[in-house]
Amino acid sequence: MAKNKSLGAIIKNGLLDENPTFRLVLGTCPTLAVTTSAINGVGMGLAATFVLVFSNLVISLLRNLIPDNVRIPSFIVVISTFVTMVEMFMHAYLPDLFEALGLFIPLIVVNCIILARAEAFASKNGPIASICDGLGMGLGFTAALTLIGSIRELIGNGSVFGFRIMTAGYEPMLLILMPAGGFLMFGLILGAINAITAKASEKKEGTD
Amino acid sequence: MTKILLFMVSCILTNNFIFSRFLGCCPFLGVSRKVETAASMGLAVTFVMGIASFVTWFVYNLILVPLNIEYLQTGAFILVIASLVQVVEMFIKKVSQPLYRALGIYLPLITTNCAVLGVAVLNVNEGYGLGYSVMNGVFGALGFTLAIVLMAGVTERLETSKIPQALKGFPITLISASLMAIAFLGFGGLA
Amino acid sequence: MNLHLASAPHAHSNQSTPVLMRNVLIALIPCVAAGTYYFGWYALLILAASTASAILAEFAWQKLTKQKVRINDCSAAVTGLILGLNMPPQSPVWLVCVGSAFAIIVVKCLFGGLGDNFMNPAMAARAVLLASWPVRMTSWVMPTGINSFGVDAVSSATPLTNLASYTYKDMFLGNIPGTIGETCKAAILLGFIFLLITKTISWHIPVTVVATTFVCSWLFGKDPVGSILAGGLLFGAVFMATDYVTNPMTIFGQIIYSVGIGLMVAIIRNFGNYPEGITYAILLMNIATPLIDRFTKRRVYGHRKEAKKQNG
Repeated sequence: MAKNKSLGAIIKNGLLDENPTFRLVLGTCPTLAVTTSAINGVGMGLAATFVLVFSNLVISLLRNLIPDNVRIPSFIVVISTFVTMVEMFMHAYLPDLFEALGLFIPLIVVNCIILARAEAFASKNGPIASICDGLGMGLGFTAALTLIGSIRELIGNGSVFGFRIMTAGYEPMLLILMPAGGFLMFGLILGAINAITAKASEKKEGTD
Repeated sequence: MTKILLFMVSCILTNNFIFSRFLGCCPFLGVSRKVETAASMGLAVTFVMGIASFVTWFVYNLILVPLNIEYLQTGAFILVIASLVQVVEMFIKKVSQPLYRALGIYLPLITTNCAVLGVAVLNVNEGYGLGYSVMNGVFGALGFTLAIVLMAGVTERLETSKIPQALKGFPITLISASLMAIAFLGFGGLA
Repeated sequence: MNLHLASAPHAHSNQSTPVLMRNVLIALIPCVAAGTYYFGWYALLILAASTASAILAEFAWQKLTKQKVRINDCSAAVTGLILGLNMPPQSPVWLVCVGSAFAIIVVKCLFGGLGDNFMNPAMAARAVLLASWPVRMTSWVMPTGINSFGVDAVSSATPLTNLASYTYKDMFLGNIPGTIGETCKAAILLGFIFLLITKTISWHIPVTVVATTFVCSWLFGKDPVGSILAGGLLFGAVFMATDYVTNPMTIFGQIIYSVGIGLMVAIIRNFGNYPEGITYAILLMNIATPLIDRFTKRRVYGHRKEAKKQNG
């Protein structure tokens, strides 16, 4: 399927058309849990991107060697190897971020985006295309998490990436940083995106 | 006894897996459409999470720690859980056909339910002994079950609501979950 | 006529929505008067702001989504006024406006508007405000008298934390710290009697809620009479737990729901983080309501959709 698609189109597919967070709604646990600030969103997104790119690459290279019936366990072994690498790297060099993301770093293993891309793309396509797919999906995930993180940080703390945006008199809405606020903001942003895309496609149909 | 009761209240209500820990959100948002389905799913998860907590405790304390390879925890746990789910599925199929029919279709989904791996990692992080690990698994899963059953009830009710087109599906489910999480704040401080 | 309330065929709701809502507004007048009497004109300003912003929010949403504007069914006014009565008397105006907007837009309109929300909008909004601005939402003051606009008030703890320091008479008449609407029990009872006479609500829910809390408080070793007279229990039981949309359909279901609320209030007050539990008790039973309905009533499938078509 991807053979007649350019590499750029594959990346764009992950970023926009099939954005894992906003279009496919996969990997909701980290999306909800870590987006209390923009920087956490970026960190989580990039960690997942790293795992996606490399697990896609390895699975694509091994795609003709792995027997079909032990496919899923093999994927999990590959994915967990890269997750462990990310874990150790962050533990050593980014201890604050590692602390903030906590449980959700090891849980990248069961992030449905990664297993879904391994199953749906990497096991059927060549290594270069698989890298692009991982990159597109990962960056799409990162962009989404950063967006949600920025909005939650702005409302719940008055800042974005740690820079104060709101004036001194602003009293932050603490709820937005709580779990309830995570569900709420994700729901509202998803709804807004649906409304915008519906409007856009309506217009398109109108002009055609 | 009081300690165990408080731990139970904490796992099920105060630190609910869905509403305060964000573990197991995918099945929570995706599967809970019907109350019966949600209850069966919850039962299956409870079963697996209890056993997973039990087994991963041994894997961690009897294999990983003595060999000094704790850093392989993530990979080891997920493999244990994946094979455990397989074994449980085969076991149930052999022992009880009605139970298999009720739970069978949910079992493969549980491997990628982050609540199961999550509880195993949590047990290690919190330094729980064997007893508390298993209780954390079982009670945590009961909290998950409570959340998906309540959610299924609400979702069934929403089926006839005039929800704006753009919010149908995931968005309104997320917003409902948000309101439920707000209600669950009332349990704060109980344990 | 707007009959979307048909989703919950209560025995007593065979009147139209605007009439029911107008009755609730009338029943709230004694509470508004008592709140103003004890906490001054600023309290009345808060109530006006909460009501107006709720109506405005509903108007804006219905315009924005190109629906028929239905603010004259008074339901938004009721939500706004009840939220206002649940606010501490020194709240800033922006706080109540945020609360009203959340109640109307997020809790009600996003779910399809009146009759389709599964949670009481005013209660959800109060919980949101409490979680977001905890200090502002728990700053209690002694009643300052009607002409106290701008007077420095004496801050105080809620009577729930020191029951013994107030007399039953002060608690009944409302001369105690608390939210604008909840302190005067006499005014609440007046409103309750009006709602009963006009058949706007039935007695089951308020009486069961209060009775359950009475028994549970006594079992937990608290002063049962004081537990009922202090805090927002009575106000919640009469005006918020009885919201048609978010309580069960059958009388039996309503009894289960009310016992749940009463029990939860006693538990949260005695063991939880919060001195008052009525808000969370109602919200928690709201989310259990679909399940209660399921097990207390055999639902006639498709019934509701037909009803909707007829209303067009």
